[in-house]
Amino acid sequence: MLEREEILETLRMLLEERLDIRTVTLGVSLKDCASRDIDETCSLIEEKLLRVGSRLVSEAQALEEKYGIAIVNRRVAVTPLANVISPALHGVSGEEGREAAVRAALALERAAAKLEVDFIGGFSALVEKGFTPAEEALIDAIPEALSRTQRVCSSVNVATTRAGINMDAVLKMGEVVKRTSELDYRACARLVTFANAPGDNPFMAGAFHGEGEGEAALNVGISGPGVVRAVLEKHPEASLGEVAEVIKRTAFKITRVGELIGRELSRRLGVSFGIVDLSLAPTPFPGDSVAKIIEAMGIARCGAPGSVAALALLVDAVKKGGTMATSYVGGLSGAFIPVSEDAGMAEAAREGAITIDKLLAMTSVCSVGLDMVVLPASTSASTVSGLIADEAAIGVMNNKTTGVRVILAGKEGERVELGGLLGYAYVMPVSEHSCEAFVKRGGRIPSPIHGHRN
Amino acid sequence: MKKERAVITVIGEDHPGIIAAVTSACAELGINIEDLSQTVVQGILTMTLIVDITGKDLRELQRRLASVAEEQRVKIIAQHEDIFRYMHRI
Repeated sequence: MLEREEILETLRMLLEERLDIRTVTLGVSLKDCASRDIDETCSLIEEKLLRVGSRLVSEAQALEEKYGIAIVNRRVAVTPLANVISPALHGVSGEEGREAAVRAALALERAAAKLEVDFIGGFSALVEKGFTPAEEALIDAIPEALSRTQRVCSSVNVATTRAGINMDAVLKMGEVVKRTSELDYRACARLVTFANAPGDNPFMAGAFHGEGEGEAALNVGISGPGVVRAVLEKHPEASLGEVAEVIKRTAFKITRVGELIGRELSRRLGVSFGIVDLSLAPTPFPGDSVAKIIEAMGIARCGAPGSVAALALLVDAVKKGGTMATSYVGGLSGAFIPVSEDAGMAEAAREGAITIDKLLAMTSVCSVGLDMVVLPASTSASTVSGLIADEAAIGVMNNKTTGVRVILAGKEGERVELGGLLGYAYVMPVSEHSCEAFVKRGGRIPSPIHGHRN
Repeated sequence: MKKERAVITVIGEDHPGIIAAVTSACAELGINIEDLSQTVVQGILTMTLIVDITGKDLRELQRRLASVAEEQRVKIIAQHEDIFRYMHRI
C-alpha cells in the first residue's frame, strides 16, 4: 500500500512545484507522401497527419484527468521535409523550389491547426556535409515559411562529429536568421540551427522524425526545475556530493512520470513508445527555473564564476537519476538554459550577470546551446554565423548536441516580449568585431580525429 | 480483472461533515474505501483515501467529488494510483 507521505510528496510536486509533462510529441514518417507533384505531396501530408494524429490531443487530455498531471504541449514531428518534397522539386528553378517549400510548410500548418496541436516540427534539412537542391530550396524558404505560420518549427543540422561542420550551411543560416528576424522576430523562436541533431527530440523548435525512425513513435519531454530547486533549498548545508545524490533521486521521480505517460499514451495511440527526454525544461513561471537551481546551490546569480561547474553537476545527476527511471532515454537529455523562457536567466541577463560568452561556456556541459537569446536587431548575419560556428564546434568536438536559437530584435538592454511560455528577454550585447572574412571562406571544417571510432 | 485503485486527497479548513460527504459520494457510486488516513494541523485537514475503482468510471467519481468540494469548500483531487506507484516504486 502507498505511504501517506509518498502521496503528499507527489501532490506537492504537482500542485506547488509545477511538475508537469512538458510535451508529448508524436513523430510521424512522411516518407510515403513524397510525389513528383507538390500539390499532391501537400495533400498526402495533410491526409496522413490527420489520420495518424487524430487522437493525440484527446487521449493526452484523458491522461491528464486520469493522473491529475498537466501535459503542457501536444506536438507532432515529421520526417525532415526537404526529403519529402525532394521528388516534387526535380528539375524546377530555385525560386519555384522555394515557393513549393513554402506551400509544404502551409500544409503542415493546416494539419497542425486541424489536429489542434501546439507545434509541428520538421520543416528541416540535414546538411552537415552538403545540400541537395530540395534542401537548399527549403532553407531559402524558412523566413517566409515561419513568418506565414504560427505552429511550424524549423531546424537545420549543419554539423556532426562524423562529418565536420558545413560552413556554407553555417553562412546561409546566419542570413536565414537575419531575414526571419526582419520579417517577424518572434518567428525566430521556431528556428534552431543544430550540430549533432537527434532524430527523436520531443522539444521544439528542433523536433523532427529522424532517418532511422519507424512509421510513428511517441516521445515524451518531462519538466521539473521547480521540483529540483525546492528539494535543494531543503539541503542548504549539503556537500556537493550530497547535492548530486538529492538531484538524482528527484530526477528519478520526475522521469518515472514521463515513463508512465509515454507508455500509456503510446499504447492508446497504437504507436511505438520512442523515448523519454531527460532534459529539465524551465518556464517563465516563478521558481520553475534552471537558473534558480544553480543559485540554490550557492551561486548568487547564474552566470557568476562556478556556474559551469554547478550546471555540469546538475546535468550529470539528472541523467544518472533519469536513466534508472526509464527504459529508453533519448532526445536532448540535459538541462536547457534558454534565456527568455527562464525568468531566472532573463533576470541574470538584465543584471549583466550572464553574458553571451558565459552562455557559450555553459553550453559545453549542457543541452542545447545558445537558446532564446535576444541580440540587437543590428547584429549582422555574419556575426550570427560566427556564433553558430562556435556552438557547432563545441558540439562536434565534445560529441554532443548543440544548437543556436537566437532572435534579433530591439537595442541592447531593451526588454523584448515574446509571449506565453516563451517569456521575455533583455537584449544582450554581442561582440562587434567582425568574423565575416572567416565565415565567408566557406567549405567544410573536417571532422575531429575522435569522430572516427571504428 | 486487474485491480484498479484511485487516491483521493482532501485538503481544506476542517469542519464537521467533510469525511461523511466524501465517503457518501464513494458509497453512492459503489466504490469501496480500502484505506483512509487524516491529520488536522492548525485547523487544516489533510485526508487521503485509497479506493477500489475496478470496473468503475474514474471521471464520474471526479465529477461527483468536484461537487462535494464545492459544497464543503475544500480541495479534492482524485487520481489513478499509478502516478504515485510509478514515482515511488520500481
